[in-house]
Amino acid sequence: MGERLLEVRGLRVAYASESGPVVPVDDVSLDLDEGEFLGIVGESGCGKSTLLYAIARLLGPPLGGEILDGSIVFRGRDMVALSERRLRHIRWRELSVVMQSAMNALNPVLTIEAQLRDACRAHSTMSAREIRARSEEVLRLVGIDPLHLRSYPHQLSGGMRQRAMIAMALLFTPDLVIMDEPTSALDVVAQRSLMKQIKQLQDQLSFAVIFVTHDMSLVSHFSDRLAVMYAGQIVELGPTRRVFDAPLHPYTRGLLDSFPSVAGPRTHLAGIPGSPPDLVEPPSGCRFAPRCPLATDRSHAVPPPLVDVGGDLVRCHLYVPDAEPAPAAAVEA
Amino acid sequence: MSEPLLVATGLTRHFRIGGVLSGKTLHAVDDVDLTIGRGEIVALVGESGSGKSTVARLLARVYRPTRGRIVFDGKRIDRLRTRRERLRYASDVPLVFQDPFSSINPAYRVSHGVKRAIKLHRPELSRVERRVEAERVFEAVGLVPPAAMLRKFPHQLSGGQRQRVGFAQALAFRPKLIVADEPVSMLDVSIRIGILNLMTELRASRGVSFLYITHDIASARYVADRVLVMYGGHLVEEGATEDVLHRPKHPYTKLLLAAVPDPRAPLGLADVEDAGEPPRVVEPHEGCRFAPRCPLATEVCRTVTPLRRSLGPGRLVACHHAEPDVGEQPSEQPLVGSPA
Amino acid sequence: MTAPAVAEPLRPAAPAGPSRARAVLRSGAVRALLHNRKALVGALLLLGFVVLALFPGQLAPDDPNAEIFRPGLGASSSHWFGTTAYGQDVLSQLIWGTRQSLLIAFAVGGLATAIAVIVGVSAAYLGGFADGLLSTITDVILVIPIFPLVIVLAAYEKNAGFFTLVVVLGALGWSYGARQLRAQTLSMRNRDFLEAARVRGERRLYVIVFEILPTMTSLIVASFLGAALYAVLTAAGLQFVGLGDPNSLSWGTMLYWAQNNEALGAGMVLWAVMPGVCVALLGAAFALLNYAFDEVSNPALRKVRRVQRG
Repeated sequence: MGERLLEVRGLRVAYASESGPVVPVDDVSLDLDEGEFLGIVGESGCGKSTLLYAIARLLGPPLGGEILDGSIVFRGRDMVALSERRLRHIRWRELSVVMQSAMNALNPVLTIEAQLRDACRAHSTMSAREIRARSEEVLRLVGIDPLHLRSYPHQLSGGMRQRAMIAMALLFTPDLVIMDEPTSALDVVAQRSLMKQIKQLQDQLSFAVIFVTHDMSLVSHFSDRLAVMYAGQIVELGPTRRVFDAPLHPYTRGLLDSFPSVAGPRTHLAGIPGSPPDLVEPPSGCRFAPRCPLATDRSHAVPPPLVDVGGDLVRCHLYVPDAEPAPAAAVEA
Repeated sequence: MSEPLLVATGLTRHFRIGGVLSGKTLHAVDDVDLTIGRGEIVALVGESGSGKSTVARLLARVYRPTRGRIVFDGKRIDRLRTRRERLRYASDVPLVFQDPFSSINPAYRVSHGVKRAIKLHRPELSRVERRVEAERVFEAVGLVPPAAMLRKFPHQLSGGQRQRVGFAQALAFRPKLIVADEPVSMLDVSIRIGILNLMTELRASRGVSFLYITHDIASARYVADRVLVMYGGHLVEEGATEDVLHRPKHPYTKLLLAAVPDPRAPLGLADVEDAGEPPRVVEPHEGCRFAPRCPLATEVCRTVTPLRRSLGPGRLVACHHAEPDVGEQPSEQPLVGSPA
Repeated sequence: MTAPAVAEPLRPAAPAGPSRARAVLRSGAVRALLHNRKALVGALLLLGFVVLALFPGQLAPDDPNAEIFRPGLGASSSHWFGTTAYGQDVLSQLIWGTRQSLLIAFAVGGLATAIAVIVGVSAAYLGGFADGLLSTITDVILVIPIFPLVIVLAAYEKNAGFFTLVVVLGALGWSYGARQLRAQTLSMRNRDFLEAARVRGERRLYVIVFEILPTMTSLIVASFLGAALYAVLTAAGLQFVGLGDPNSLSWGTMLYWAQNNEALGAGMVLWAVMPGVCVALLGAAFALLNYAFDEVSNPALRKVRRVQRG
């Protein structure tokens, strides 16, 4: 792990919608070092994809949304303040994005070669021969035979398409690759294989990864640190293993309690009752309180601060030092 | 042991794809045998292209089988001629769909589907009785207060609630067997457990059998009594849940189990070299369809399609190399990557 | 024993009224209408014309056919748009003529939309040979140039009366809508709720009428408005060329007579221009209303409330 690569502070993003403004990212702060693998976990509507797009500065038309507040400092430069021209220098060369569904992100009427070429031309002045060489190299990197340069996206299997997306993201060996659920459309075996591949590439090329997913177990063996998002806020952030072995936030515990396992005893799981809140009018106080088994009156009234617990962060009243002692019922890890 | 509820034998379904002249045959399902008992939850596990969704639709009579037969409650269902018989079967074996966002008509309130189901299949009920019945099934699936929930439009409900509406619609038929086609794959993780618990609860309280179709073997383990594993249109392994999961016999089942990410397992990548390339089901050759990816594949695997062999009571595997356990160990054999 | 209760989501409340009517009133369609200025203008225009068509006797100052005034008068307080070459009051003619134009618009609109719905939705839902056949017919009709065809048809029946016009225009004007509806139905064909309806035993016809059509109401209405617009313009055009019944009273025939008497050159400008203006206004009303339904069927076009920085 190298030096500090990315610092996000107090980020707030809002979308306009029919029912009023929605704030899917509300006061989010996080750090990322070189070569680090950060997983961001949360369910639908928690704002994780919006956070990703905000960091990649992809908000605005046609996706909608704008950054209201906060800073995103990448290698010492505040991306929020940068002009589109400056951003274009950074994009793809230092920071690239792998979208959620390759079938949606890849142009169905262009060959893989054409799309790689487009990316090269847009961000560099490589010659045709250099582009060709680099395209082949990058496909080999992800385990695709270069003869597929001439294939169209629909001719590749789902797993191969996703690898092609990753290849495209690695064209300029960026320092940071942001991935938005790149495995969600794949079957479990292909998922596993892709995750391994991503990890191998990371070891090889030393880039940092921010990996957004709704499936905690997917990143459990790959990420260095894990951030758990709920209703637009980060509710827990810490080393992956610690989060899994000793989750602090009741939501994290509830999430872990929602995964039936293949090994071990067959126990009854309770999941988490209710649904995530409407972000047009988030609940006052702690946003998880309506579904939290440990909620107190304070939880419903006062929004909890982000508390540092031994270097990790939790947004929960249970950990605020001067608060009343937590209920005696300790929830098992 | 009472008569099984549904027995499917040699179930096969081929599709013609491509043009009229140069068409090819897609072997979606080939020679699948399936038995479901009363009050039993059977899981059908497979990835995309395995044919599991086609099996669901064959059982729900959306497709006609190319070959094979299905016997439900002693009657052959591919021989149903009258509309009344067809309606009767549709009410005995309803289908619950995967996508909560497209399985309910957005133009009507959520009561629409339930009330139509009741009207079609129990025409003797009056309007008031229909409403009472609709409220009862909504209550049974946890959509409370039922009167208020019935009046909502689909866009006002969450994904989990919409799936419950799907189950309510199925319950309105007073079914014997509910075929649930990946009912939780599109739901958030924390909501899935609620739906899975609902299924076991319905089985316990009403004796409804379930055919639970999924690609997630972990959730199959959570709810099912028996597990069937499909690959490339073939049924490759079958047995009691714990048996299949702890003592898998087919190489594909072993691969599936090794690839499942288990957060509670200790750190350390399981040895999964497989890239997850899909099987060939269009104009497939003879021979095992898993052979191209199988670490145990030999010449016979590539030329001779393995038949299902019995390795014990209720335990079937379609593999040339599968061996029965000699003096089976009691209780759990730890899986690769599981806590000791 | 029931499953554990599921907490209600924090979502906006359902429409409070018990009847479907109230649900419709608060539905997206009417709300889009009210919030959309263009559509509102269109609605008011149309409403104005409807009022004129319903109460011409009360609103027109004179008998439109009475040739009792001095011919060729210009605008004045007793004749807002002057008089015709035959001494008739132009304004009265315009008001009485509204009826025919509106009737043609709604009749052709209704007929064309009905055919479009039946052909388009059935083609998509039935698929296979039926789809091929219906689509071919649709394409042929789509490609036929309407005007020359109608001229030929009208030549067979001299002075096409109202009924002929409606039938001809309706029979030729459904193809565009049919294509749209077919495309929309195709995109919906694999929606699970349709499969669910079939699986629970609904008949095919029921599925088409009660499951598919209700989800396409905005497209059907838009199709109707488009057909109405086409009807107004084409009918006026045909009557102007002399293919309508010149003794009937409509804006198109007014144009015909004005043209016959070289009204523009002879200084009876209003007589020549006003019927055209009315045609344009009525057509505009339909076009503007269409905007509202564009937005209903495509929520991406809806205005959204922007958030304030701070």
